[in-house]
Amino acid sequence: MNVVVCVKQVPDPNSTGQLDPATKNLRREGVELVLDPGDEFGIEAGLQLAEAHGGQVTVVSMGPEKALDAIRKALAMGAAKGVLISDDALRGSDALSTAKVLAAAIKREGFDLVITATESTDGYTGTVPQMVAELLGVPAVTFAKGLESDGKSLKVQRQTETGYDRVEATLPAVVSVTASVNEPRYPSLKGIMAAKSKPVDRLTTAELGLDGVGGATAGQTIVSVEPAEERKAGEIIADDGEAAKRIVQFLEATKVI
Amino acid sequence: MPVNKTWVLAEVLHGKPSTIALELLTKARTLGGATEAIVLSPEAEQVAATLGEYGATTVFAGTDQGYADLLLGGPGADAIASLVEQHSPDLILIGSSYAGRDVAGRLAAKLDVPVIANVLDVGADGDIAAESSIFGATQVVRTKFESKRPAIALVRAKSFAAESGGGGAPTVVPIDVAIAEAHRGARVTERVADEAAGPKLEEAPIVISGGRGLGDPKNFAILEELASLVKGAVGASRAVVDAGWVPYAMQVGQTGKTVKPTVYIACGISGAMQHTVGMKGSKNIIAINKDADAPIFKLADLGVVGDALKVVPQVIEELKARG
Repeated sequence: MNVVVCVKQVPDPNSTGQLDPATKNLRREGVELVLDPGDEFGIEAGLQLAEAHGGQVTVVSMGPEKALDAIRKALAMGAAKGVLISDDALRGSDALSTAKVLAAAIKREGFDLVITATESTDGYTGTVPQMVAELLGVPAVTFAKGLESDGKSLKVQRQTETGYDRVEATLPAVVSVTASVNEPRYPSLKGIMAAKSKPVDRLTTAELGLDGVGGATAGQTIVSVEPAEERKAGEIIADDGEAAKRIVQFLEATKVI
Repeated sequence: MPVNKTWVLAEVLHGKPSTIALELLTKARTLGGATEAIVLSPEAEQVAATLGEYGATTVFAGTDQGYADLLLGGPGADAIASLVEQHSPDLILIGSSYAGRDVAGRLAAKLDVPVIANVLDVGADGDIAAESSIFGATQVVRTKFESKRPAIALVRAKSFAAESGGGGAPTVVPIDVAIAEAHRGARVTERVADEAAGPKLEEAPIVISGGRGLGDPKNFAILEELASLVKGAVGASRAVVDAGWVPYAMQVGQTGKTVKPTVYIACGISGAMQHTVGMKGSKNIIAINKDADAPIFKLADLGVVGDALKVVPQVIEELKARG
């Protein structure tokens, strides 16, 4: 089963991201960039399927030159090949532009299954997987918390507001996975060494035959970026054995008890 | 460019329109122009009257059983895209549910129009613009839709209060779009509900949530006990849901539920952006955490630096003693 996993390099989620108020783009300077932790579950899911049913995992990413580091991490985990689409014109891309670029690169590779995270940790629009599926003309089974395959079809446990749905899907398909789906492996030293010699295709939008993608074509323009209204600083106490009493007083004052 | 026509995608839950659909209709009424709803469910016609009451003058109803048995994204986007061609709405409001996101993403790709996600407010004075929160609601971004129409906004739950507009019965227009064979590749074979006792998380006046700091799944029992005493509901951070401690239905946050209770009590939750985006609209926030530097304390009206496993049982004792 040939699996394509979409990955993204993001600012370390342990630091709070920022949009630059001047350029309205993601501020990448002075922030450590990492493979989106949410993507590791998709890579792991792809590796498990390829190990069970043959085939290989290809990781596809759109991003600047530096995003190569994220791809290398996926290769170190065990993916066979990387594809990085970099283009100055892609700066400021919206979700739909991103999806068009990813879909074009995925088509070029060929696939039985495309795996993504449910959303990126930095932008979290949560719509790219569905857009990619629409552009590829295949079903999208999103929010998979469980994923099994016999090599020809998929059985997915899909999160819902009230529990989960059991979904059966034929291949090819797009699946987005949550962090419940597996426990991602750590890259081994051997894997890290091997990753250095694995192939990574570097592509531009022109090489993908794409026109009309990127920031300049976005159908939306950010007009302002402002800090969200801060909550007023509250009362902070150390628990000296009396904290419970204070909490009960607080609950009484708010009239919920 | 004024808004002549706003559409709301209304989902059906247990034979009724979803709460967020009513919230969106309430907002749509204020934008000027016509307010119309789309319902894709075998029960579509049953909910039309309620949608009318909340402001829809026309309800496009798709009653194919496939809308219930298949994943809604593909067939839903096809049906709406076909309606868009005939009726040219300016704006489509879709609730940020699982099915909502699926439909919005596919519809945007199909129509080649933008979608803005995590929307908290929409305005239409001249331009159509949406306010959305980013980076765990630390920044608010105002985004203008350029000239491509329709504009699609994926709106977070509880962004608007649902109020009846006292509208009468809407005109019901059947949707006559056959579901493409390609969409039958994925189908729902079973729907499994995680049963929860007590009030619903989204409606409870007190929400008590637990995170990694509770140390062990079994410690959620003390949160359950406190919840039953104060008639509250128990929530959780994504970390413990992903770790399999508690069911997903309890998750509060970006990919979980949005809650705005009178009091939110965060126990052993550090306050990652992923979580706070779902609870920072609470009227009052109490945080209990051993780490004095935990970001949750920045949101807390009352912060207790201490072990939730000690403090919560003491609160339970106090409440019991108080009678």
